[in-house]
Amino acid sequence: MSEPSPLALPTTAVADRPLLQVRDLSMRFGGLLAVDNIHFDVHGNQIFAVIGPNGAGKTTVFNCIGGFYRPTSGTVLLDGHSIHGLPSHRIARLGLVRTFQNVRLFKNMTVVENLLISQHAQLETGLLHGLFKTPKYRRAEAEALERAAFWLEKVNLLPVANREAGNLAYGQQRRLEIARCMITQPKLLMLDEPAAGLNPQETRDLDRLINELRAENDVAVLLIEHDMSLVMGISDEILVMEYGRPIANGAPEQIRNDPQVIKAYLGEE
Amino acid sequence: MLEFSQQVINGLTLGSIYALIAIGYTMVYGIIGMINFAHGEIYMISAYIGLITITALTVQFGVENVPLILLFTLVVSILATGAYGWTIERVAYRPLRGSPRLIPLISAIGMSIFLQNYVQIGQGARDLSMQPLISGGWRFGPEAGFQIYLSYMQVLIAVVTVIFMTALTLFIARSRLGRACRACSQDLTMTNLLGIDTNRVISLTFVLGAALAAVAGVLISLYIGKINPFIGFDAGIKAFTAAVLGGIGSIPGAMLGGVILGLSESFASAYLLTEYKDVVAFSLLVLVLLFRPTGLLGKPEIEKV
Amino acid sequence: MPRHFSEAVLVALLAGLLTVPILGIQIQVEGIHVSLEGNPAPVLLAMAVVFLLRLLQVPLKAASGLMHITRRFPLPTHLPTAYRPFLLALVIVAAAIWPFTASRGSVDIATLALIYVMLGLGLNVVVGFAGLLDLGYVAFYAVGAYGYALLSMHFGLSFWECLPLCVIMAATTGCLLGFPVLRLRGDYLAIVTLGFGEIIRLLLNNLDHLTGGPDGIGNIPKPTLFGLEFARRPSIEGGTTFHEFFGLDYNGADTVVFLYLVALVMTLLILYMINRLIRMPVGRAWEALREDEIACRSLGLNPTVIKLSAFGFGASTAGFAGAFFAARQGFINPESFTFIESAIVLAIVVLGGMGSQIGVILAAIALTALPEIARQFAEYRMLIFGLVLVLMMIWRPQGLLPATRPRLELPVRPEAPQ
Repeated sequence: MSEPSPLALPTTAVADRPLLQVRDLSMRFGGLLAVDNIHFDVHGNQIFAVIGPNGAGKTTVFNCIGGFYRPTSGTVLLDGHSIHGLPSHRIARLGLVRTFQNVRLFKNMTVVENLLISQHAQLETGLLHGLFKTPKYRRAEAEALERAAFWLEKVNLLPVANREAGNLAYGQQRRLEIARCMITQPKLLMLDEPAAGLNPQETRDLDRLINELRAENDVAVLLIEHDMSLVMGISDEILVMEYGRPIANGAPEQIRNDPQVIKAYLGEE
Repeated sequence: MLEFSQQVINGLTLGSIYALIAIGYTMVYGIIGMINFAHGEIYMISAYIGLITITALTVQFGVENVPLILLFTLVVSILATGAYGWTIERVAYRPLRGSPRLIPLISAIGMSIFLQNYVQIGQGARDLSMQPLISGGWRFGPEAGFQIYLSYMQVLIAVVTVIFMTALTLFIARSRLGRACRACSQDLTMTNLLGIDTNRVISLTFVLGAALAAVAGVLISLYIGKINPFIGFDAGIKAFTAAVLGGIGSIPGAMLGGVILGLSESFASAYLLTEYKDVVAFSLLVLVLLFRPTGLLGKPEIEKV
Repeated sequence: MPRHFSEAVLVALLAGLLTVPILGIQIQVEGIHVSLEGNPAPVLLAMAVVFLLRLLQVPLKAASGLMHITRRFPLPTHLPTAYRPFLLALVIVAAAIWPFTASRGSVDIATLALIYVMLGLGLNVVVGFAGLLDLGYVAFYAVGAYGYALLSMHFGLSFWECLPLCVIMAATTGCLLGFPVLRLRGDYLAIVTLGFGEIIRLLLNNLDHLTGGPDGIGNIPKPTLFGLEFARRPSIEGGTTFHEFFGLDYNGADTVVFLYLVALVMTLLILYMINRLIRMPVGRAWEALREDEIACRSLGLNPTVIKLSAFGFGASTAGFAGAFFAARQGFINPESFTFIESAIVLAIVVLGGMGSQIGVILAAIALTALPEIARQFAEYRMLIFGLVLVLMMIWRPQGLLPATRPRLELPVRPEAPQ
């Protein structure tokens, strides 16, 4: 395991303590060791990619970090505090949110309602305020709509705000899913194959969007991706997995030249 | 100790009945993942068919050979009840294949209410009782003190249950259709893609479940000697409890669950209060679902994220 | 056509096989003498009906194709918004004036219908909005009814004092039960709630010293109007009755009308609450959770709390209705709280359209008033309920008047520059 090269990181991004620390993480399903001793750090404002062949256990790592699976062993620290074993909704409220490999929008609800749902935690004004439609409640609702409008503009979905989410084009659905995460003001955004199914133009837009998010919102991004040009261009650090095990960890140029990675991707000579 | 043994005998008898019904729940759940709420009514209908057949043979035709009556009643009841199982699946469940889980469940509840009232209209709501076909038994223990009583009927229930359970196990394990059943319970879509007519397999499952419920229905009407249109509801929930207890989807689990439930009910009515034996069964259902929804022999389900 | 014909014959034979043992042969018991009696008419009727249905399957299919079109374009449930408050007010005023013009019997039936409207609306939140199938709903109804009966019997509390207490008791019961069970998958949840409902009924039956066992509790006082009783004579020394206070002649129908109006006010209160709730974040969360629980969790929504809010609200509505039921009947026993009662309320929700309030109200009125009007078919009431559940699931699982949840729209603003 090589030390992450300081050259690869924007100097401003290096914090004293990593935002997310994953230590000796393992996940076993019956006889299958899907994740075997994974170990990595994500620093604040960093873009960190996990790559590897299909079935390498990348999504399982996400599910373990996000609290959707209970890891068999290992620890996960967010801001130095253990989030191991917490239910997923608690972890989300601590500032760690995610998108899904096969987009999970509320398809029968409108675009703007999707963004209101994710503000649920911030919108709790109390039952009585809502029942009697007090000014406080109206204000909270107006602010929520305002925030939704801001993010819709950001991801270029304002014109379709009142459409049903299920009727959007695929690329729009992916952007909505990201906006839905960002509106919760997360510390760490986990994107599971955000470029899957996008055309080259949309992928370039995604690249720009992720960089913007990082620059403007002080968010770290942890992503799983197969599109190598996107990953190599955008990431500060990359972890390569194969059969549940880490095989390399480092800056993009190190990964590009790592013989083990080349072997994993291209097979034996 | 003697009283304890007596409760074991009673519990095993009851447990055999529950196990026979529970298999119908577990097989259907294992293959199409639905709770066939109307299965208890199938059992109730079979008890009526059994009673009618026995009455026809003994009163109408004057047959006196008990084994012949028994055999004939079982055959008639299995055939007629199997037809009910097949029809119900065809009419109320097949059109709903692929809908969200709650849709067929609601349909099944409707079917259950329908059947209960259908029998009530046809045969009346009152209790029907019959003369015991097989009476007598063995007594063990001291002449003066507590004696264990093992009736011939109880032995018959155990023997018939074992025969049918063995036949079912062999069928599932050895036959071509049994193999198709096992394949369907692992992956219905894949089995269909491999060219097996899954609709036929599902129909077969309902018929098999109904047939075993028919055996239970005939045995219970001979054992208790009293039936009414409402016996299906309680028996259905209890058999479902047995299926869940053993691990729903698992056939040996249903057998095990039936026996455990029968024993606990029998002990509850002996050592607690008779009125609370149903509370014990329902509480067991709630507790198992809460703390071990996969049951004793079931496999855990992994939630797909 | 010959193929259709032979199939129809086969199906008719099957119908015969099925109906012969249940409808065709009846067991007659006289003393110890058991005999069988043939009754071929219903069997032949069933065979003929099935035969014809099968033979006419093709034209019928075409007709059900038309139903598909109505499904595609649901009935307009949204009136133009400007007319809505006006229309609503009109309906409420009409409902309030009607009992003074109607017969005592029909007002009484309407009161019963209103109880089912309340129950239907409450269960609709649980099943229709939150997607949680609760088969033990009647347990909370029982908590409300027995709660009022016992509180008034032992502590002498009035109906109006008991009403909030019953709501709280039912909500507490709902939360205590809901907390552990709501993490279960849908169908398991249904069965656990069913088991729970049965346990409550068995306890009511067996805790004789508390609940009166199968005999139940009688002499439950009726609600009063600001302390004025609706009775010929005051039940307590020095009390005043309604007719004395207003100097009227005693009229038994006053009580019936008053009970109806109380039920109407209670129903309107529930309607208001639900209509606020579904426009609030919690209402949106119910729908979101029904659509995708995992996505909800990933966004920080606590599924247990959200489900519990729906479950608890449904339970408290049932408790509310239960207290009124006890007061109206004046007498309760466990027979009123069987699984069948839960199934009737479920049938109301399913028939009306899960999530649709107008639908539920109409279905509740139809399913309670029709059997009262067509008494000769009373025997077939539950048979038809069962059939309704099955047929609705096959043809229109979304109900006769499918729900449209009010949406919060983003006001249209000038197009953002691309």
